[in-house]
Amino acid sequence: MARHQTKALSRGRERAARRPEHVTERRPRPPIVELRRATKIYPGGHVALERVSLRVDRGEFVFLVGPTGCGKSTLIKLLIRELQPTEGEVLIAGRDIATLGRDRIPQLRRRIGTVFQDFKLLPDRNVYDNVAYALQVIGASRGEIRKKVPDALRLVGLADKTKSLPDQLSGGEQQRLAVARAFVNHPPLLLADEPTGNLDPATSVGIMQLLYRINRTGTTVFVVSHDRELVNKMRRRVIGLDHGRVVRDQSAGMYTDEESTREFAARVRAELGVEEERY
Amino acid sequence: MGRVFFFIGEGLRALRRSAAPSAAAIVTVAVTMVLLGVLVPVIQATSGKTEEVRDQVSLNVYLYDDATPEETTELETTIQGLPHVAEVEYVDKDEAMAILRDRLEAKDQEDLTAQLPGGHNPLPASFNIKPDDLDNLPSISAALMPPGADGTPQPISPVIEEVGESREEANTITKVTGALKWGLTIVAGLLLVASLLLVGNTIRLSIYARRREVEVMQLVGATNWFIRWPFVVEGIVCGLIGGLVAVFILFLGKETVVDPLADTFNLVTAENTIAFTKLTVLLLLAAMTVSAIGSGLTLRRFLRV
Repeated sequence: MARHQTKALSRGRERAARRPEHVTERRPRPPIVELRRATKIYPGGHVALERVSLRVDRGEFVFLVGPTGCGKSTLIKLLIRELQPTEGEVLIAGRDIATLGRDRIPQLRRRIGTVFQDFKLLPDRNVYDNVAYALQVIGASRGEIRKKVPDALRLVGLADKTKSLPDQLSGGEQQRLAVARAFVNHPPLLLADEPTGNLDPATSVGIMQLLYRINRTGTTVFVVSHDRELVNKMRRRVIGLDHGRVVRDQSAGMYTDEESTREFAARVRAELGVEEERY
Repeated sequence: MGRVFFFIGEGLRALRRSAAPSAAAIVTVAVTMVLLGVLVPVIQATSGKTEEVRDQVSLNVYLYDDATPEETTELETTIQGLPHVAEVEYVDKDEAMAILRDRLEAKDQEDLTAQLPGGHNPLPASFNIKPDDLDNLPSISAALMPPGADGTPQPISPVIEEVGESREEANTITKVTGALKWGLTIVAGLLLVASLLLVGNTIRLSIYARRREVEVMQLVGATNWFIRWPFVVEGIVCGLIGGLVAVFILFLGKETVVDPLADTFNLVTAENTIAFTKLTVLLLLAAMTVSAIGSGLTLRRFLRV
């Protein structure tokens, strides 16, 4: 009995060592994202995903890369149940989301932050209200909103632009705002679909730095990108997708867990040869 | 409770932001409600007239001048005993004359009765029989004049000179007003359908302009009702404003056109029609319900994911 406990404890310590230190659950939990031979065939016969199986554990920072049309966006849509797989299963935190009733889908989406290439902000709301909306949706109290929104805006560096409307912001700032909105609930999973697709390299590194910082707080970050160069320099886990199949899944050797946000950004900037972005 | 205020605030904010489509919706609602506000009393007035005419339809049994009071009373009892007879009224010669004078006067004609020699009254006394239903008139008529031995109708009492009915005339009036009523109802129905589609379309356009917004709301995990309520509030407010505009226009029309006319023309005095306050309340309710439901239903298409 005692020996059993020691074993479990040591296994727990191993896991803790692999993860950011503040993720301290004792019970082994199911992977945050798991696809089991998920296939998506669109009406008309186009096969977007073909028996894709992958697992992403809590606290990971994962890139999904591949050329245009390889099924990356379809995969993201499967995760937030904008689409249903034709075959196979999509599990979020161990739960097959196909079994969720229609009225449970909003609950799923509240637990997943999403960032898109085209930002998807509410155009007639200012910066503050855009972030606040994500909290109003879940029925947060006024006090909670007043506390959390400035926190999120400070994290992304938009604390001094609360009254601006989205179209008064630069592309990088709009994406920061989208990240703030996605993260204000502190979701366990953050999905980013081509978050830097519309941005120049310097701004892109800034957004990546932000996502990395969010990852350090324990949130699993899942980034879809076609920018192989940028992704390779990040040295995170990379899943490659081509013609709807997983063609690459590299994690070993690419990790440097001890890297701080600042070091991470400095290294990536140096490797990409871009200047630090001021915001 | 805080939620209710939130939804109202969101609805009003959306109204401010999309002023042009909202104005279009308000105008459409107002036009529809004005049409409805005009047609409802008109239809009621025509059906009211028809009822009036139906009420006037009766059977007249004219009596010989030499009928004794006993014979008359006996006949009245007999008539009252007939099936389908609702009411029997005895009109004596003097009353018949008075009615004739009234009619002439009402038509602004010369009082011809004054020219009758020596106050002689040629009008017969009569029984005015009201049937329980207009359609039973022939059976009462047949009961009063059963076919005799030679097959021709014979009166049941010797004092009966003639049985006359105002049915023919009444039939024509009923037919005309009936046709008018149906015609107006159909027109009203078509107008209403057209206006409803127009309101629905206007709302759809304003929602279509914001479908991306709806998409974003869904992405951050807003439930369908959370997205829908502000739209419903917006619809209610649009309907309320449109309804108020319509009521104002109707009120102006009533004050300036209908009421002065009603003093001169008998047809315009719509005694059986709905009271203005009641009409106002009904129109406002209808306007709000239609546009609220319109918004809510139209949104369904965009909420389906």
